[in-house]
Amino acid sequence: MELIKLTIDKRSVEVEKGTTILQAARQIGIDIPTLCYFSLGDMKIENKPGGCRICVVEVEGRRNLAPACATECMAGMVVRTNTIRVLNARRTVLELILSDHPFDCLVCAKSGNCELQDLAHKFGVREIPYKGEQSTYRKDTSPSIIRDVDKCVMCRRCEMMCNDVQSVGALSAVNRGFQSVVAPAFEMNLDKSVCTYCGQCVAVCPTGALTEVDHTRQIIAALADPNKTVVVQTAPAVRAALGEEFGMEPGTLVTGKMVTALREIGFDYVFDTDFAADLTIMEEGTELLGRLGKFLAGDKEVKLPILTSCCPAWVNFFEHNFPELKDVPSTSRSPQQMFGAIAKTYFADKIGVNRKELVVVSVMPCLAKKYECSRDEFKHDNNPDVDFSISTRELAALIKQANIDLVTLPEEDFDNPMGESTGASVIFGTTGGVIEAAVRTAYEVHTGKKLEKVDFEELRGLEGIRHAEVDFDGLKLNIGIAHGLGNARQLLNDVRDGKSEFHAIEIMACPGGCIGGGGQPLHHGNSTILKARQMALYREDAGKPIRKSHENPFIVKLYEEFLGKPMSEKSHHLLHTHYFDKSTKIVVE
Amino acid sequence: MAKYNQHLLVCGGTGCRASQSDAIVESLNRALTERGLENEAKVVMTGCFGFCEKGPIVKVLPDNTFYTQVTPADCDEIVAEHIFKGRKVNRLLYTDPENQEHVSDSKHMGFYRKQIRIALRNCGFIDPENIEEYIARDGYAALGKVLLEMTPEQVLDDLIKSGLRGRGGGGFPTGLKWQLTRKVQADQKYVVCNADEGDPGAFMDRSILEGDPHSVLEAMAINGFCTGATKGLIYIRAEYPLAINRLKIALKQAREFGLLGENILGSDFSFDIELRYGAGAFVCGEETALIHSMEGMRGEPTFKPPFPSESGYMGKPTNVNNVETYANIPVIILKGHEWFASIGTEKSKGTKVFALAGKINNVGLIEVPMGTTLREVIYEIGGGIKDGKQFKAVQTGGPSGGCLTAKHLDTPIDYDNLIAAGSMMGSGGMIVMDEDDCMVAIAKFYLEFTVEESCGKCSPCRIGNKRLHEILEKITKGEGTMEDLENLRNLSQVIKDTALCGLGQTSPNPVLSTLDNFWEEYLEHVTEKKCRAGVCKHMLRYVIEPDACVGCTACARNCPVNAISGERKKAHEINQEICIKCGACVEKCKFNAIFVR
Amino acid sequence: MTKIKSLADLRKIKEDLQEKIRLRENADQPEKLVQIKVGMATSGIASGAKEVMNFLIEELEKRNVEAVVTQTGDMGYCYAEPTIEVIVPGKEPVVFGNVTTKKADEIIEKYIKNGELVDGIIPRNYETIDN
Repeated sequence: MELIKLTIDKRSVEVEKGTTILQAARQIGIDIPTLCYFSLGDMKIENKPGGCRICVVEVEGRRNLAPACATECMAGMVVRTNTIRVLNARRTVLELILSDHPFDCLVCAKSGNCELQDLAHKFGVREIPYKGEQSTYRKDTSPSIIRDVDKCVMCRRCEMMCNDVQSVGALSAVNRGFQSVVAPAFEMNLDKSVCTYCGQCVAVCPTGALTEVDHTRQIIAALADPNKTVVVQTAPAVRAALGEEFGMEPGTLVTGKMVTALREIGFDYVFDTDFAADLTIMEEGTELLGRLGKFLAGDKEVKLPILTSCCPAWVNFFEHNFPELKDVPSTSRSPQQMFGAIAKTYFADKIGVNRKELVVVSVMPCLAKKYECSRDEFKHDNNPDVDFSISTRELAALIKQANIDLVTLPEEDFDNPMGESTGASVIFGTTGGVIEAAVRTAYEVHTGKKLEKVDFEELRGLEGIRHAEVDFDGLKLNIGIAHGLGNARQLLNDVRDGKSEFHAIEIMACPGGCIGGGGQPLHHGNSTILKARQMALYREDAGKPIRKSHENPFIVKLYEEFLGKPMSEKSHHLLHTHYFDKSTKIVVE
Repeated sequence: MAKYNQHLLVCGGTGCRASQSDAIVESLNRALTERGLENEAKVVMTGCFGFCEKGPIVKVLPDNTFYTQVTPADCDEIVAEHIFKGRKVNRLLYTDPENQEHVSDSKHMGFYRKQIRIALRNCGFIDPENIEEYIARDGYAALGKVLLEMTPEQVLDDLIKSGLRGRGGGGFPTGLKWQLTRKVQADQKYVVCNADEGDPGAFMDRSILEGDPHSVLEAMAINGFCTGATKGLIYIRAEYPLAINRLKIALKQAREFGLLGENILGSDFSFDIELRYGAGAFVCGEETALIHSMEGMRGEPTFKPPFPSESGYMGKPTNVNNVETYANIPVIILKGHEWFASIGTEKSKGTKVFALAGKINNVGLIEVPMGTTLREVIYEIGGGIKDGKQFKAVQTGGPSGGCLTAKHLDTPIDYDNLIAAGSMMGSGGMIVMDEDDCMVAIAKFYLEFTVEESCGKCSPCRIGNKRLHEILEKITKGEGTMEDLENLRNLSQVIKDTALCGLGQTSPNPVLSTLDNFWEEYLEHVTEKKCRAGVCKHMLRYVIEPDACVGCTACARNCPVNAISGERKKAHEINQEICIKCGACVEKCKFNAIFVR
Repeated sequence: MTKIKSLADLRKIKEDLQEKIRLRENADQPEKLVQIKVGMATSGIASGAKEVMNFLIEELEKRNVEAVVTQTGDMGYCYAEPTIEVIVPGKEPVVFGNVTTKKADEIIEKYIKNGELVDGIIPRNYETIDN
């Protein structure tokens, strides 16, 4: 590895060849301001179009200023990051960006969490000398995401996420010059595009140009309605990230505090999506073993590999991009929808409430869940199984509005019967978790033996595409794991071309899985936060007394009392679904 | 084979074709046939002669008679008189604006006298749709020499020594550029011709492609041989249909003759060229944006490094040169670098093609040695300012360049002198302005163009240029303040300092150079609310001089907005609030009683 | 068209094709070549100027003399038509009168090729014949 020496602000620094000025400066504690630059470093996700020009620095011998984020260090380079010329240029550029930005910080969803606002604060901007026309665009509201591109600063992070990472291609720069903006093709609405609502664009947007659809008002209204019984379910990844919104260390588990807070807010029953995750394993695991059994018996028609189906953005993705494979994924509904279906039947009956009076709210790390719960196939007499899905961020806002101090709150347990869960369901929140949970159960069902070593380290990690071989007592199962839709596409191409060697593949749309979901607290490009959340989930799993889904006593009871057995007629009706070909849905208006 | 004693060359450039040069060719042929002269005189449609001011042009050889503004109706007379009887048709000859005399021989025209045509050597000389005429003019001889008698290193050495610099605007030494691409190891490399000419008023590249397409193809093949590329791509704007058509014909012929394709001229070098069409975005002239556009991506620039020589088209090493640069190369190979380097100035060798436009007598395309002064170009070649007006400024380098003034008239034109004077060579647009041009409005015009053509990727260009334009708009409306002038300068400097690509970095040049050279005019606009050229309409006041007005009411009757009032036979008055400054009243007043102030 | 397979082929083809545009090449640099202007006004044409011109063009080429032969209007010597003006590089223009093809032959052989004087020179008393 070649090392080179350079000088930044009169301080000598030695860096590896290929290091940018920005990285070199950060190595010695000089924090050059940035705006468009974004990196989830070791996850190979990086955005450096060199477009905002906020990070410009002076390089001796260079005619113009250099963008620190995109300029590689050269031996002997002399860099100045804070000369008057640099400061004036940066300030002027910021003033220009602000001159084309709405001044509605007070009511902006990103206020307090906005990178542009931070810069204005840091630079001490008090007035904008360059007044002029401001861009105005139509506000675009989809089931999950709101685009308010008046606030777009053309950082292109969303475009990078949508194209380079997710390979979805719903967003790209359109128009030119002052009119240029990031939008779906032909500036159509997002819901007419190939958007999967994964929400990764929202997760990286530095301003309020991309935000989630806010459902907190509807939830407050439901809570205030004396005729409604309001049930809440919380997804596994939420408990590993919610604390961040309250200044807690990333990776702090706040499960019990979250339950207390939800009760204080007034939810009648506080349940756990993890319960439904265990249920998912029962159905999906049985489906896997069923297909595998047929395959081993020589059935040529059987569809393998089986693909997990709990991620709604992933479901949208294959409906748009691989409709020819729509009978390959598992037909099991996602845990959110399994929960809703059981809550509005089994549980509603149990407490004697009509499903129309029962409001099911989910707290999800995800924005695609908002779309998922609005899908027609998850409604009964036009009443959705899950009424509202809110993100981790929205829950934090609810808690804050209720002036509850999450940090000092005591810990409480979920309600029963739908609050009991196993370690297997907790790890649904990270990449590799679903398939690990499925393997734990499928192993015991298939072999009839007790699984001694519950932890499958070979399925864990943050590599974009992973594969592992799991030994089912002589039967070697090839398992594939992909997170990030771009990675998923690679595996899917193989499946389509009949080249896939896998028996089962787990796919999560978001990098890292649900811990990195589009509804999670913003990580602002800090990948250590994602790792901390992941470790927290494995910690919670390890600490659980029961770690295999089929051993969840309430699941056992649910089958005994209500469903019969996995893949039963009733299961099919309530817990399984079918997929649609959405490839022709793009309509140019 | 017919033995022709005379050739009639008809300009087949886009401009002259728009003025019916196709019909002229037809009429000439018919007239010749009617007189049985079809085997004595041959009609050839060539590329542009450059003298577009007076097109369509018909040039008769061997006596170099230069007929201007020819119509199909004139053809019979040309044949009857000139071809048959040997008498020139005086009324169609070019008239010298200085002494009003007919000039019969193009060699005696001021327009051509100072020109040296290297890049344009075949334009207006050969039939661009006939490869045989190109070969007859030593076409593909340079390629043959390079392939069979030289090594790539020798060619690069020649090119470097020749001092040829990129004619697209940047002026990067061409030989060095080729060497950079050659040095990179790769399984595939590309050679690209940038034919995305976008400067307003510039058409040198189009003219070369229309008049001499093979010279570009030949040079690209030479480039491929030197850099190790086997594929060439020409990125040309779809608005150049004639150039595209001639390129297609040229490509077909070159392949038929085996001058493109496998094992060219029996060597082991194979090379072929494809056309790629651009939609005419100005920014796609920037090489990284051009490459992205060819890849089917949004045409916007990316940060350099990596340079295209390392990672260009499809991530492969790519050498991009502009049309005019390529057109020079075969001649350099054949005539030698010493010959080329003997033309021009110390650091800028050879010639440069300029598109001369604006308030000048001889609008057209010229090629002069580097080091020619602006005075020579404007007064000798250009024939001086139109209508005997006063020269005010010349804008070079298009939207990226700046305005030069009378004090720069004797500056020898080359890359470095133009930059030192606050402008740049650019692709060679040269727009001459006279006393009737307002320099603030000129700056605004160029900014309007840049605002329109910015790709929007970087904030200084996307928003900064918009703000510059808005400030200029404010000033030309008479609403400018001294603070605006300060902001104008600061903003211009910051944009120059921070923009991502060449477009943004140079876009404030028209503002900065006019601020430097015409500060008084800006001040007048701001402090006195006055536009001395009378261009900024908002500042004009139409006033009726009461003593001269007889009250005929003609002005009031013709005012489209009823801004003029007054009793019959008494002095009238213009309501400034209503007046739209259309000037109709001035035209109608028979007593010269209305003035513009 | 068959493909050109070698540099020698290319050069050969160039030689052949050059004829087609030699007239243009020569016109571009007339000062380096023999220039002949043939008076082709009505009187000239009537007295055989056209034949003389064609003869000159053909013969000069046959005898490998690089020349530019152009026609011009009345030279003002109607008594001596056809008249031709000959400019040999480096020499003053000379006008010959009553030129027949036989005379033209003599002018080529003696005056142009060998610089010998030939009968029939008309004294220069005009300003220009450049129209």
